[in-house]
Amino acid sequence: MKPFTTLTGQAAPLLRANIDTDLLIPKQFLKTIVRTGLGRHLFFELRYDDQGREKPDFILNRPDYREAMILLGGPNFGCGSSREHAPWALLDFGIRCVIAPSFADIFYNNCFSNGILPITLPMAAVEDLATEGPLTVDLPAQTLSGGGHSYRFEIEPARKTTLLEGLDAIGVSLASLPTIEAYEARRAQITPWL
Amino acid sequence: MSPGARTLYDKLWDAHLVETRPDGTSLLYIDRHLVHEVTSPQAFEGLRLAERPLRRPEAILAVIDHNISTQNREAGSFEETSRLQVEALVENVKAFQVPYIPLLDDRQGIVHVIGPEQGFTLPGSTVVCGDSHTSTHGAFGALAFGIGTSEVEHVFATQTLPQRRSKNMRICFEGVLPEGLSAKDLALFVIGQIGTAGGTGHVLEFAGSAVRTLSMEGRMTLCNMSIEAGARAGLVAPDETTFAYVAGRPMAPAGPLWEQALTSWRGLPTDAGARFDLEYTFDVSGLAPQVTWGTNPEAVLDITGRVPDPRAAADPAKQEAMRLALDYMGLKPGTPMEEVPVQVVFIGSCTNGRIEDMRAAARVAQGRKVAPGVRALVVPGSGLVKRQAEAEGLDRIFLEAGFEWRLPGCSMCLGMNDDRLEPGERSASTSNRNFEGRQGRGGRTHLVSPEMAAAAAVTGHFTDVRRLLEVR
Repeated sequence: MKPFTTLTGQAAPLLRANIDTDLLIPKQFLKTIVRTGLGRHLFFELRYDDQGREKPDFILNRPDYREAMILLGGPNFGCGSSREHAPWALLDFGIRCVIAPSFADIFYNNCFSNGILPITLPMAAVEDLATEGPLTVDLPAQTLSGGGHSYRFEIEPARKTTLLEGLDAIGVSLASLPTIEAYEARRAQITPWL
Repeated sequence: MSPGARTLYDKLWDAHLVETRPDGTSLLYIDRHLVHEVTSPQAFEGLRLAERPLRRPEAILAVIDHNISTQNREAGSFEETSRLQVEALVENVKAFQVPYIPLLDDRQGIVHVIGPEQGFTLPGSTVVCGDSHTSTHGAFGALAFGIGTSEVEHVFATQTLPQRRSKNMRICFEGVLPEGLSAKDLALFVIGQIGTAGGTGHVLEFAGSAVRTLSMEGRMTLCNMSIEAGARAGLVAPDETTFAYVAGRPMAPAGPLWEQALTSWRGLPTDAGARFDLEYTFDVSGLAPQVTWGTNPEAVLDITGRVPDPRAAADPAKQEAMRLALDYMGLKPGTPMEEVPVQVVFIGSCTNGRIEDMRAAARVAQGRKVAPGVRALVVPGSGLVKRQAEAEGLDRIFLEAGFEWRLPGCSMCLGMNDDRLEPGERSASTSNRNFEGRQGRGGRTHLVSPEMAAAAAVTGHFTDVRRLLEVR
């Protein structure tokens, strides 16, 4: 996984509440057997018309935001389906940071599995940031700045390390293999039907 | 509060804790892993690329459910991309020696229907699947949650997942659920009360007299929808209803092991005096059938109600969100819900595709006809549900009433196969999500119970099913 340290880029505002993973990437694009190539389908329903032409008003189709690296969203961002195709599509589009007042649980986890930084900030702050132009995210310092504003954000230390070092989570867990095996031996005694 | 008293969730967590790392994260052991074709190919590929073995194939049960036609199972009946995904799963289960229920097997069906059916889902276990509706299995007093594909690979390789402990929430439904209502009404009602993010960061335990009297099918419906409230998982404490359901299932313990398991499972329910971070109690004796009007499951109201007016909402953001939803749904504020016509009815899914759901819908459909201009699909959740329904003559009731009787699969819940809404079509659906485009681009989904879906099918518009049942 690509490490995440600092990032400066355009932040595209899409401030509606409950942006679900069906909206991020609809069902017809879940039939892939690879992780790549989904960026062009990101926000498919909002981004293209019935003929597959770009809707010029949609934020990611506007000239300033075509290269956006940060997405600003409303509360409960990423709710719904567990599809990791949602963060894969964001990543493939070029977005490595999502800022919203709150996130749905599975999507939040999926971001960290893919080197995407989800930042939780109050709605008023997200709205302010939407008017700022390019933003700079500094993960080591846990700050976010743009225009005249600067915000500090919270992140769990373990999550921070995962992103900073681009850790292979499976490798980390496999380092605990002896402990896992000891657990399995105990388990075989206590709950042998499992 | 009693010191040392633990909730059901606390007990499940403690029993599966492998280690707590210095950074505070915990490694949780995973007992059961359900796998389907959509969220697994990249996980198997990840193992191959890293040259890692799959640690415990016997902890897995794989099945194909999302992509498949519900009308035809012959080779060539899939579109090309679906076929590739189906073939990938078949190759992967062979290469990694994963237990698999083939497509033409009677036991095939939706992962969240077949897990319990086979006795794969057990009280006191941890269950994961690359599917958000894994919360369904919490009905057995199992800690069950949906995961992403990277986590699927993590479980393949390690049989564990790094986790953070959730908070405890208890939702008590007290009273007697009125005639014509079912677990789906409870689920929709509570999401309307606490919101789509009301459960975020929590594991919900459903309790109270109206839950204790629910069948396992009803409890599964309730837990299934807990993800729609944002919860990590939903739970119902195991009891005699649970044990009676599990006993004798093909993969359930038997003989002395059954007795040993039973003793262990009886210790799972929340201790008296255990602490919950948040508790709600609702009296459901006066509840009306629920129907959603908007584009997320919290936008729900009584069938006796009217389409809400955005101007009545407190803040401008909420008003704007409501206006957008009503515009997408093609609804006018003030319209009585019973006057809203439907073109499509879908009865099925991991939420409401079990035998009891088939019976509830058939009871309403019996002796009636699907209204002109309505397309009504009944899709059993598994081959075994289908067989049971046919043994009870439910298929005849549906067919005589003009419903289509289909082969098992996820079908129109998410429209990955050819069961989809056309733009502007309105459905009464027993599924779990009314998101924009969920059942097809431009499709308008209203979530309801199987009883209410059948009532809409035979009248052509949303109808208070209690009235149809009184007529009998």
